Amino acid sequence: MSKREISLTINGKAHTLAVEPRLSLSDMLRDELRLNGTHVGCEHGVCGACSILLDGVPIRSCLMLAVQADGHEITTVEGMCNEDQTPGILQEAFQDAHGMQCGYCTPGMLISAQALLEANNDPSLEEIKDAIGGNLCRCTGYTQIIESIQLAASRMREAGR
Amino acid sequence: MKAAKFDYILAESVGEVVEALDKGDGEAIVIAGGQTLMPMLNMRLARPDTVIDINRIAELSGIEVSGNELLIKACTRQAEVLASPEIQARLPLLAKAIAYVGHQQTRNRGTVGGSLSHADPASEIPLAALAMDAYVSLRSATGTRQVAMADYFLGPMMTARADNEVLLSVHFPQPQGDDRVGTAFHEVSERRGDFAVVAAAAVVRLDGNGICINAALAIGGADSVPLRMRAIEDELRGGQLDSGKIEAALGGIEAALTPGNDQHASAAYRRRVAKVLAERALKDATAEAKDE
Repeated sequence: MSKREISLTINGKAHTLAVEPRLSLSDMLRDELRLNGTHVGCEHGVCGACSILLDGVPIRSCLMLAVQADGHEITTVEGMCNEDQTPGILQEAFQDAHGMQCGYCTPGMLISAQALLEANNDPSLEEIKDAIGGNLCRCTGYTQIIESIQLAASRMREAGR
Repeated sequence: MKAAKFDYILAESVGEVVEALDKGDGEAIVIAGGQTLMPMLNMRLARPDTVIDINRIAELSGIEVSGNELLIKACTRQAEVLASPEIQARLPLLAKAIAYVGHQQTRNRGTVGGSLSHADPASEIPLAALAMDAYVSLRSATGTRQVAMADYFLGPMMTARADNEVLLSVHFPQPQGDDRVGTAFHEVSERRGDFAVVAAAAVVRLDGNGICINAALAIGGADSVPLRMRAIEDELRGGQLDSGKIEAALGGIEAALTPGNDQHASAAYRRRVAKVLAERALKDATAEAKDE
């Protein structure tokens, strides 16, 4: 089938492009727009590595067609840094508390944690576990990931955010 | 792991959907939140000629109270149901069940109608709908019909919905009068948010003297479809519900189930867990009804 033209906002920037209907949103981000920060793990909605924010809420980009994103606003892990391109509070906390080993699950973990902390900057351990419950880390480095989110939360509270 | 080619229709109305389904002659499929269809497309377990997107049809989204029932339209997101005070107040069993459905990323896209259409025998929304005697409205080019949950599930991922029909909404009858109603939902899964290995849903209705007017018990994950345990329900009706009565009624439940063996659990384990969860659900629902 012929390509369809879509317009959407990604990390604050407007994009218009033509996509095949069968193209997933994750493949569009990576292959068409070269936003390789979003990782693709299982391609059937189990691992969470491809998580992005769609209109501010986390979703799996492998479980959405690119054409369905027409008119929507998307934030990928690339959009999480500060305006001067330095790492944001959450990214820095993952660095400081060793919240990654191989790094494959990290973009998805950051997106899930960002969605949590935007709604609640003082989450309980259970709330953190629930928020990242849909993200698999096959290095099983969950303890440091949770500690990174707790560190980011405390820094956000100090910064009054 | 990439979907095969298909034509894509962004439908503006239900009329357009049923027309496209008719034209598709069994090779067209509806996409809502995509949380179960997209994996099937990516793995090429589904290779439709045409995918009909219903996400932009406003009349297919929302929760409404209408007369003696509450209805949830097909494209309503699971996250919206989870956050809805209306659902908490009026459909406590669904509120309890939906907390077990998926993860925040999947609930933000996944829909109530999608879960009912996919009909995984271990999924929570179909199980709760079955326990609550819900029914669905299905529309084709020739008209709309209603199908009770009891007649809806035909096999694993098979329902009474025909290829040329779209699911419009699911309707839940609302309790009337002064009866005291209690509900409970319990499940065992490998990871919170995963499909249940086994799940149990119970609704218990008591009169002013604590006599059981009726009880509903539904078990998921222990057969090819979610099951209502009618024989057990019959035993519970008409008496005081105490631990002894519930345990006696559940005496034959393991023999009544025909679960399968798979990588997640053996059939014997599923039977045992079903009995434990059924007992817990009936006791909790009874306690809640007595508390009312």
